[in-house]
Amino acid sequence: MNNPVLSIILPRLAMGVFILFGVSVLITIGVEALAGDVCSAILGQAAEPSTVAACQAQLGLDRPVHIRYIKWLGNVLQGDLGTSLANQREVSEQIGKRLGNTLYLAATTALFAVPVGILLGVIAALYRNSFIDNAISTTTLTTIASPEFFVGYVLMAIFAVNLGWLPAISNVDSSMGFFTRLEASALPVMTLAMVTVAHMMRMTRASIISLLASPYIEMAKLKGLKPSRIIIKHALPNAWSPIIQVVVLNLAYMIVGVVVIEVVFVYPGLGALIVDAVLNRDLPVIQGTAMVFATAYVLLFLLADILSMLANPRLRHRR
Amino acid sequence: MSEILLDVKDLLIEADIDGEWKPIVNHLSMTLHRGEILGLIGESGAGKSTFGLTALGYTKPGCRIVSGSINLDGVELVGQSDAELREIRGNKVAYVAQSAAASFNPAHTLAEQFAESPVQHGKMKMAEARKRSIELFRQLDLPDPEHIGERYPHQVSGGQLQRAMTAMALGSDPDIIIFDEPTTALDVTTQIEVLGAIKEAVKARNVAAIYISHDLAVVAQMADRIMVLRYGNLIEEGNAREMLANPRETYTKKLLNVRTVRESRYDHDKEDIQLKIENITARYPGTSVDVLKDINVDIIKGKTVAVVGESGSGKSTLARVITGLLPPGQGSVKFHGRELTAELRDRPKKDLQSIQMIYQMADVAMNPRHKIKDIIGRPLEFYLGVKGKAREQRVLDLLQHIELPVEYGERYPAQLSGGEKQRVCIARALAAEPELIICDEVTSALDQLVAEGILDLLLNLQKELNVSYLFITHDLATVKAIADEIVVMYQGAVVEQGTKAEILTPPYQPYTELLLSSVPEMDPDWLDDLVDRRKRGEAPTAESISS
Amino acid sequence: MKQFIAFWKDLNLSARIGLVIVSFFAFCAIFAPWLAPYGESEIVGDVWEPIGGEFFFGTDQIGRDLLSRLIFGARNTMALAIVSTTVSFTAGAVLGFIAATMGGRVDQVLSRLVDVVISIPTLIASLIVLSAVGTATSTLILVIGIIYAMPVFRIARAVAMDIEVMDYVEAARLRGEGLWWLMSREILPNAMTPLAAEFGLRFCFVFLLIASLSFLGLGLQPPLADWGAMVRGNADGIAWGFMHPLIPAACIAALTIGINLLIDRWVFKASGLRDDQ
Repeated sequence: MNNPVLSIILPRLAMGVFILFGVSVLITIGVEALAGDVCSAILGQAAEPSTVAACQAQLGLDRPVHIRYIKWLGNVLQGDLGTSLANQREVSEQIGKRLGNTLYLAATTALFAVPVGILLGVIAALYRNSFIDNAISTTTLTTIASPEFFVGYVLMAIFAVNLGWLPAISNVDSSMGFFTRLEASALPVMTLAMVTVAHMMRMTRASIISLLASPYIEMAKLKGLKPSRIIIKHALPNAWSPIIQVVVLNLAYMIVGVVVIEVVFVYPGLGALIVDAVLNRDLPVIQGTAMVFATAYVLLFLLADILSMLANPRLRHRR
Repeated sequence: MSEILLDVKDLLIEADIDGEWKPIVNHLSMTLHRGEILGLIGESGAGKSTFGLTALGYTKPGCRIVSGSINLDGVELVGQSDAELREIRGNKVAYVAQSAAASFNPAHTLAEQFAESPVQHGKMKMAEARKRSIELFRQLDLPDPEHIGERYPHQVSGGQLQRAMTAMALGSDPDIIIFDEPTTALDVTTQIEVLGAIKEAVKARNVAAIYISHDLAVVAQMADRIMVLRYGNLIEEGNAREMLANPRETYTKKLLNVRTVRESRYDHDKEDIQLKIENITARYPGTSVDVLKDINVDIIKGKTVAVVGESGSGKSTLARVITGLLPPGQGSVKFHGRELTAELRDRPKKDLQSIQMIYQMADVAMNPRHKIKDIIGRPLEFYLGVKGKAREQRVLDLLQHIELPVEYGERYPAQLSGGEKQRVCIARALAAEPELIICDEVTSALDQLVAEGILDLLLNLQKELNVSYLFITHDLATVKAIADEIVVMYQGAVVEQGTKAEILTPPYQPYTELLLSSVPEMDPDWLDDLVDRRKRGEAPTAESISS
Repeated sequence: MKQFIAFWKDLNLSARIGLVIVSFFAFCAIFAPWLAPYGESEIVGDVWEPIGGEFFFGTDQIGRDLLSRLIFGARNTMALAIVSTTVSFTAGAVLGFIAATMGGRVDQVLSRLVDVVISIPTLIASLIVLSAVGTATSTLILVIGIIYAMPVFRIARAVAMDIEVMDYVEAARLRGEGLWWLMSREILPNAMTPLAAEFGLRFCFVFLLIASLSFLGLGLQPPLADWGAMVRGNADGIAWGFMHPLIPAACIAALTIGINLLIDRWVFKASGLRDDQ
């Protein structure tokens, strides 16, 4: 393998695929433990064993686990994620709709949160231990340490109940126009943004501070270079790698945060879907949604790894 | 006498050590004339680096200037604004750091980093800076001067980077350059090339320089005047030649003392061979190049075999093979005629006990959370089954042996000095009552005077206990002092081996000659002579060896 | 006592605030039965009685005293979090050390396994497993313990590997010391500081996870008081202008902030960084 870039990416992609397989097995095992209960749950505790058995046969639950897994895997690779037990609709159809909503939430948040988070982190690092740094750090600490639902409810209390500017429940659907949609999603976006900005700011700040302690930064000072030049030409090119890691890792955090926020604001996204499915013991939906989440997680981590290696100047220019 | 360029008066600098401000430069003064090279020499903690940096008006984080004045060509630097200081740095005064590899930004080419300071200070435009970089790279003997500027720091070797940094410093045509231990991290043979190039470039441009080092022999080559520092105080100051010929202070005399060559007479063939290394060939797992090629070495009971080589010679790898950390591809290690198992984990305790090792960095060779008495005591218990009161007594005995006070038993490693730590490591090795001790660069990280103390201790212990040493080092002065037999290694193979007398008298193998000739001597003309001889082809250089 | 004073002096303002907060909640948790004015599930008044009225924080959605529930909640949630964190830490650290010390195949297998498990987002994994096996307290402890053992494994392994390359570990190996000695006497003492800081951080994550799970209905079950469940239970009140759910939520936030403040300062000191660098 001559191309250095390929030799970095390919092994990691292979690893990612391996992990996804492992994840799908784990999820199936986890969901399996539910299987026994489903039929009893649907039919009630007093049901006859034969009725339960018939139900299991109908749902395909009587076949051994590994057969079901292979069948499921085969279907997934063709795009068929099964049928929901609760409402008999195609799982992929449900996921598709909800995924769009969740992505909208994530994208809108990221658009705002990423640049703000990085900027605040860089400023805090440059003016380390000054009033600005302390103010930023304290505020973000409050947001990070609080559970998402707290931030969500506080914002709801302020903006929806007290001020009445924004709707408390974010019932979004595709028929909405651009601005109506934005208004309806404003609160969940704000909540998610606050948490993400906080995480990103802290991680960026830490990376930049450790970067600023490098010997070549001291050397630049000793060469009498202007501070602006030192930051832009010396610090920044080496900062991309850690910053990219920070951004992508935070996108991964967002995936988990989204779940709670969607429940708080009753936002029709993937997170709300999996919570409902779990409470209803809707196996295929759980399996499908969990796979989507896990895949996104794995892909994002993979991306973080690859991008930060590519951004490392030592690797780009080989001996 | 040319005009005074830098006039430092009564400077007091304090450093924040564990919450307390302590003086590290204690009311020192210096004057530097135009075109003069001043050598600042001292052991670690002397304050020489801190003192030298003040010419830039710079103190490292954690240090502060308390009082005194720094006058650079009429301008007072103490209390200057940042903007003013920036005008001077990289412009009138330039800095060459100890580690070029760390001081170059990995994200930019050498030429870019060369050009930014002079261009920003308005000295020249980009195009002219490029031309100048080629000119200076050529003057400093860098290979392919036209194109080397397009490379990135990690694509260039250590010695080349050091020269590139010197070129960068010369780029702005400064009045003063500060050299902060520029060759300390380099191999002895590379060091010569860099020193020669620096001296020539500096003299040619009549630049004043402050040369900071702990190695008096090196400073002797470069400086016109020398200041000897110790713990922030001035010990002696004067003209370089005079000081070398007639040192006034005891401390200076000690620093100048070249280690004596110890005589050793014995009949090689009659003595008892303790360890036999036969045909060892080895490589690190997963690599395709042999790092050791067919090595054969005999170690005689009670004697010292010194293995000399530079980085990449394989000398440390040899130690790893002997101890079983790296199984060889071929060959065997025989102890008293019996073959030792290749892997460490297969060896019986008795074998492990007989061969002990002492490391280069005593700081990391001891567990910081263990007390000294436990560090020394563990081998006693583990190998000899000595416990309780008997163990305590043995530990005290050993502490006495290594010339440390008995209270040290209760201390932790961090509370000891560098030399004291290494003594404890020696005690730890002795506690096992070994037959052979492998010393892996044990004095390389220590100040000269401290190192001498360690070597003396080791020699005395050898006389008393009849223990053998395999002494790995890159420093020929140490070899001359301690060795009975010498093995010279180069790139994984043995170049030459024999008794000390045989190796150190001519005729020499080319590589041995290169090594021997590269060791700086206290003669101020030594460097110039060597450079001349090399140019005339009378002395070997690194290129002539590899061809 | 003297040691404590020295410790206190060493902390800056924010860390001191953190220590005060954490101690306050710990105190409430330990002495809950004596501090709470009413019982944990005692119905004492009308639904959502106002804050600051007859009852200090008012009453919750079925008329129980909010203050008492908060105090008991501190005990329940903190106890659960500490036990879970300890479980995850012990498992993760031991495995991480083994992987680092033994290296080779053992390390590879363990690391791959952990890579896979860690790739499922924690909340999702907890949701799935808990809905499958139920939410008995012992199950909660086990599930959270195992899930969080994964990141602990990674960190413990990284810390152990940093230490393992030191010459003093090699010196011990050369002596012939066995695995147990290496792990417990050579590596562990030097790993205590980073691991202790990590323990505090993990506690926060676990605490937040429990709160989120309870909020979603999968944590401690009623009638046990639990801050997350209390937020959920009182959530509907917000629409009517009742701010009750904000109080347990604020408590969660306060405790985690307190721990973070404390840990931040500790980690900073331990890493040897300087304030002016």
